[in-house]
Parts: sequence; C-alpha cells; structure tokens
Amino acid sequence: MTKTIRFKLNGQTRTLTLDRERMLLWVLRKDFRLTGAKYGCGEGFCGACTVLVDNEAVRSCQYPVEEVDDKEILTIEGLSKNGKLHPLQEAFIKQDALQCGFCTPGMILNAYSLLKKNPNPSRKDVIDEMEDNLCRCGAHIRIIKAIQSAAQVMRGGSQL
Amino acid sequence: MKNNDSFEKKPISFLDRREFLKLMGGGVAILFTVGDPLTMLAQQRRSLPDDFNAFLRIGEDGRVSCFTGKIEMGQGVITSLAQMLADELNIPLDSVDMVMGDTDLCPWDMGTFGSMTTRIFGPAMRAAAAEAREVLIELGAEHLQVPSSELATRAGYVFHPSSPQKKVAYAELTRGKKIARHLKKKAVLEKSEDFTLAGTPLLHRDSEEKVTGKAVYAGDIREPGMLYAKILRPPAHGARLLRVDTSEAKKVSGAMVIEKEDLIAILHEDPEIAEEALKKINAEYEKLESDLDDKNIFDHLLKVAPDPEVIQQGGDLTTGEETSHTVIESEYLDGYVAHAAIETHTALAKPEKGRMIVWASTQTPFPVKSKIAESLGIPEDKVRVITPFVGGGFGGKTSNRQALEAARLAKITGKPVQVAWTRAEEFFLDTFRPAAVVKVKGGINRTGHITLWNYSVYFAGSRGAEHFYDIPHHRTTAFGRDWVGPPGTHPFATGAWRAPSNNTNTFARESHIDALAAAAGVDPLEFRLRNLKDARMRRVLKAVSEKFGWTPAKAPSGRGYGIATGIDVGTYVAHMAEVEVDKKTGNIEVKRVVCAQDMGLAVNPQGAKIQIEGCITMGLGYALKEDIRFRAGEIFDLNFDTYEIPRFSWLPEIETVIIDDREAAPQGGGEPPIISVGGVIANAVYDAVGTRVLQLPITPERIKEALN
Repeated sequence: MTKTIRFKLNGQTRTLTLDRERMLLWVLRKDFRLTGAKYGCGEGFCGACTVLVDNEAVRSCQYPVEEVDDKEILTIEGLSKNGKLHPLQEAFIKQDALQCGFCTPGMILNAYSLLKKNPNPSRKDVIDEMEDNLCRCGAHIRIIKAIQSAAQVMRGGSQL
Repeated sequence: MKNNDSFEKKPISFLDRREFLKLMGGGVAILFTVGDPLTMLAQQRRSLPDDFNAFLRIGEDGRVSCFTGKIEMGQGVITSLAQMLADELNIPLDSVDMVMGDTDLCPWDMGTFGSMTTRIFGPAMRAAAAEAREVLIELGAEHLQVPSSELATRAGYVFHPSSPQKKVAYAELTRGKKIARHLKKKAVLEKSEDFTLAGTPLLHRDSEEKVTGKAVYAGDIREPGMLYAKILRPPAHGARLLRVDTSEAKKVSGAMVIEKEDLIAILHEDPEIAEEALKKINAEYEKLESDLDDKNIFDHLLKVAPDPEVIQQGGDLTTGEETSHTVIESEYLDGYVAHAAIETHTALAKPEKGRMIVWASTQTPFPVKSKIAESLGIPEDKVRVITPFVGGGFGGKTSNRQALEAARLAKITGKPVQVAWTRAEEFFLDTFRPAAVVKVKGGINRTGHITLWNYSVYFAGSRGAEHFYDIPHHRTTAFGRDWVGPPGTHPFATGAWRAPSNNTNTFARESHIDALAAAAGVDPLEFRLRNLKDARMRRVLKAVSEKFGWTPAKAPSGRGYGIATGIDVGTYVAHMAEVEVDKKTGNIEVKRVVCAQDMGLAVNPQGAKIQIEGCITMGLGYALKEDIRFRAGEIFDLNFDTYEIPRFSWLPEIETVIIDDREAAPQGGGEPPIISVGGVIANAVYDAVGTRVLQLPITPERIKEALN
C-alpha cells in the first residue's frame, strides 16, 4: 500500500511516494541530498537533526515523513534568501558561536522557531528553549549571545 | 577545504624530494619540517622522507596552498593557520587554501592531538611563508630589474615602494616556474608589534559553510551505488557469539548479508532498511562471567595494578612523616567518561582502480591509512584517507575502528560502503577515559608548610601527576603511565580524552592540597602561595584571584568558593568557582567560573578564549554528571537520556584572563583549561558544605551520602 505525499521543501513543491514508514531525517539526507540536518543520537535527545515543519522545530530523526503531507519544511539549506544569510546565520558567524559545527544547523533552526514565537526572548527564555539541543564543544555561551543578537537585528536593531 | 589534484598520481607521503619536484606542477613550493620530536622520531622509524612533513605552495594562479596532515575538528586551526599564512605573505585571506588530512596530498603526519597544531606547526609554517616571500622577492627583482633589497610585498604583489607603478603579481612570478626549496630559516616567533591577529575575532573561515549546512562531514558524502552498513554488535564486551541465524534478514528485499569471521553486517541502499534488517538477525551470545561494575572497578584496578614507576621524588618520606604535624591520607576515585562527540564515528570506503579510498571522521588520517592497508593486506600506497570536517574529536577519533569496518566491507562487496555508528554503538565502542584511583598522603607542619607528599596514581596515566609545590619530602608514583593499561585492566577499550590523565591528577592533587589547607586553618589561596616558588604559577594564581575578587577565608567558609590549578602541555591554568549546593537535594548550581591561563605567547587570544570557554563548559560534565555505568561488560548508558552532558541551563558565568607572555614560546590551548574543572568544583563544594566528595563526578547522591 503505497501513498503519495506532497509538501514544500525549502520553498519548492515536492512529492514523495511511500511504501513504508520512513523518518524525515533520512528522506532529507538520502532522497534530497540535504545533509545539513545531522544524525546525532537517533532518539530525539540531541537536536542535531532539527528542521522546521510549518515553522515548528521538530526532531527529524523521530518525525515520520508522512506527517509532512501538505506542510512546509525548512532545512538549514533553505534559510538564506537570494544568497543573503539569515540574521541568525550572520550572528552565529559574528559571535564565533560554533566550533566543530556539527550541532550548528540544529541550533540555528531551533532558535529560528523560538524567535518566531518570541521575538524578544530573555536570556532565560533562550536557555529554556535551547536546553535540549546539545553541543559537545562548549559553544553555549556564544550561542546564547548569537541568538539574542539576531533577535535584536530581526526587530530592526543592530548586532550586539 | 579544497583539494588539488596535481599530486594524485602518487601519494605525497611516499615521495622523495626529487619525485616531489617532478610532480608538483608549476609554482614555488617551500618544504618544511614541523619539529616536534615525537613526530620526527615516528617519521624516522617509518623511513619516510624525514626532511619535510609539510609544505606550502604558491601556485601558478597566485593562490597559496598549505598542505598538512592536520585536521579541523572545531579547534579552529583551519582559520588560524590560514591567517598566519596570509599575514606573512601579504595576501588576502581568501586566496589561501588549506589542504588538510588527505593522505594522498599531504605529507605524513602523526595526527591532531596534544594541543600541538598552533604551538608547533604555527611557527614552522610562518617561517616557511617568510621564505616563500623571499623567493618571490628574488623573482620580482629579476622581473622588475630592481635590487631585491629595495622591494616589498603587498596584497599579492611584489612592488617597488619608491616607484609603486613597478609591481608584479605573485601569479605572474610563479607562472612557468618550478621551484622547490627547503626551509633554511629557523622557525621564528612573530614580533609582537607585527601581530595583526591579536585581539581580533577569530571569525572562523569555515563558519559560513557550517551555518548554511554546506560543510561536509564524513557521513554527508554520497557515492553512486553506495550501501549503508549496519553491523551486528555483541550485547556486552567480552561476549562470545555462539549461534547466529541471518535467514530472516536475508529475506529483506535488497539486503546484502555479510558474514565474514567476526564481521556480520547488513548492507542496504537505505540506512533505515539496513537497521530494520539487522534487528531480524537472531544471535545468541555467551556473556563473560564477571561481576565487574562501575562500583567495584576501583578495587579491581588496585588488584591488577602494574609495576610502579617513580616519576618525581625528593627528600625522604620517613623524614617527611616525622616532621609533619598533621598527616592526611585520602583515596580519590574517577569513573569512566565518554568522548560523546555529537558526530558518531563515521567512514565511507570506496574501492577504486585497485585502491581503497576512505573518507573518515578521524584525528589521525595517516595511522588509519596504515591500519586499513594492514587489515586489507594491501600496500599502504593503495589506500587513501581523506578527512572532511570532523564533528568533534576530544581524543576519541584517534581510534578509528569504523574506517576499518567500512574498508573491509567495501573490499568484500566491491561497492562504496558507509559505516556510521549509531549513538548506542558510539557509547559501546568508545575508548573511554579510564577509571582511576589516586592515593595521596600529605603532611603539613605547624607553620602551614607542606612537609610530605606521597602520591600514587593508578591507571589515569602520568600526564599532570607531577606536583609543582615546594615540598621537601615527596614522591610521585605512576602505576601505568598511559591511559590504556595492559589487557585485563579495563573491561572495554580506554583511550586519550581531552588532556588525558591530567583531569584526574589535577582533581586529586588540588583536592588534597585543599584538605591540607583546611587542616592548617589557612585560606586555600594563601596556602598555595605559601607553598609555591614557581613564579609562573604564582602569577597565574594572582591573576585568577584578582579577576574573581577572592577574599581570604579559611575553608569551609560557606561561600561555596573553590580554587584549583595545574599545568598541561606547557600551559599554566588556574580556576576559581562559586557554587551553591542544596543540602537537601544535593544539587549543585555552578554560578561562576573564572579561569586564568598562561600559555606563553598567545598566538590568537580570541581562539584561546573560545577554547577556555569550551573547556570549562565541557569540564562541568566530568565534574558533575558524566560516569559510564556498566556491569559484566554491558554498558548501561547508551544515549544522552541517561548519559548527561552539559546543557544550556548548566552554564555558569564564565570569565577568562589570558596572561599574554610575549617573550615566551606559545603553548597548548585546546586542553589545559579543562584540567582543573573537576578540582575547582570539588573544592567549591567543600567550601559550601564542609564535606569533601572524593569521587568524580560529584553527583547529588554523592553529596547527600557525604553529608550523612
């Protein structure tokens, strides 16, 4: 019993025929060659696989792809527009908010969904929302600063 | 990272200089040696060309490439090395290509560990760049018909400052040339007034790739026809496979089942199906008879301890005991800790024209190449290891079983095969930081001077075991100098973990020093200064206490203030911390950590600061929570739900002081600031609650136990 689903992926309409349950992470990485979302733990504990479905951050390693039917997916590859980096991407660069970079796409997309809901988050808001995204290199304090800086830019201010 | 294919006919690590010249193509190349003695020794043993192990080339297009076997795993060398080159050669940063960790393109290198890249590689590369600049000026003199002494360089040009229209681009000078020179200059430190990097943000040049998802890690590489492998693992270390039935797995459409000696694997073009098929394998194991677990491991370690080796001593221990007014004896314990990089061990192996090409997440591409060749029974020049970006290493990716597995499976099937460990495999197969025991007997006299120090470390290793206090009667003994131990020591593999040995040693030493200070009734900072002659250590302690705002008080003061200090790879560090302990729950809140670091000349202060922040954050994991639980070879912590690593909510306020000693040689920066995190938390907890926890990690349970 196959099923065809239709969704938007980084702005483009896509269809996918499914004959079994598949997780979004592997569809992105294998079928669409979008490897920005990473496998980190496979059980939703680390957040390296975070992507956005209808602007909500989801753990794509645990997210059955059939649930994206009629929805919009945004991955890290689709975040910059017309060659211009998103303020979050700019801020992560400016604040040196990454080391090995493996958790970075998930961090940025989780922060993106935070800022959609809360454009002016306090430090505590940022910590609460980012709590389940893991980074082993210890870039945390710079990530918090980058998110607050991007929030300010998105509200029309300048980088911190 | 760009690759340049002009050397692909023969791996560079097998070329002698003559062959190198033949194959290098056009341009100017400077061959140089990175002079750390360990590398040189290893190179001589391997009878490779021992007169160079790195080189840079100014190509016919004027671009500058540096070829090195080092790899980038987040420590930022891809940026700092390129910046140094750009600086020295007067070229824009974007015309520098770093070619890293490719065994075909780069000369042999032992690996990226031990905080060696900036401090050892940097000065050598800078000297090579300076020599390249001289060659360019000579060529420019010929071209412009001006004496070389009158020429200067700027923005990729050689020019004549008194008649600036006389200029020629590097590209024009190198075109059609073929010059290879050995570095004759001695590696020199940059003069401090020439620093253009100091104090400026590092702005990692790989950041843009990393924030857009374009950065390629080993698991991101796709080859036509590649298969994903899932490998059967035993339920516990030491378990013996009795029977295996793969018939159900074989029924999975498209699944290829490999059963070769110890290697049983499912290969499929879809990773999820491979994983499902693996679950259909029925395997029966006989577990090792053992009651060894994370509680009784310490007794076991003491029982199997190898012969001791005295690594530091002075005076006479009996006299020390006799002259001591108070003697304190304690045993400090430290559990197994995982590397837990977010990227699991990953490799893709592809058979190609009689060779095996392997992309691997590794800190040691050249040693991996040798091991693959040995495992496949083929000559070393038939193997090429390419290192893309590495998603965190911390020592764990100096061990690369996954690359061997991928290469074996690729050889068997003739197809490209990816092996990417699951998180559970990562926790099961990791080379953990070893559990260890440290016994310390220390004594003080009535004036608060240390009179006795008898220190024995079991299995942590000897790095950082030597003390630096001024003690008349002392002995430091290591039972096992490294972090592996002879067979039968540990129930699973152990290995180097960021600043190996030193985290455990610094925890034990600094805890015990604190205990002596408390017994003497002296403020712990004052006690250390009273017993220290080492000027650098005194300076770093003073720096940290000023930044922290330390005021003297005898511990336990109830304030929750701690102090710890240590030396690692030539760098001096001192930490101060403030904690709050909930006596009812045993919960610790780390409110503030301040670190002062004397790393000699700080080549890149911003990079060093980032490493300090990372080390403090990561260090809180081993100080507070990280501890692998196991029994009879079975690992119970197989994912981040039970193995907790530091999170955003753990963050203390972090402050750093870098003592930039511009007269001193640069020392390591990626490891030292993690060594005293365990000790500083232990001492702060003691200061808060008045009871000492002698075992890392300091969990709420252990605090409650100590309080009762």
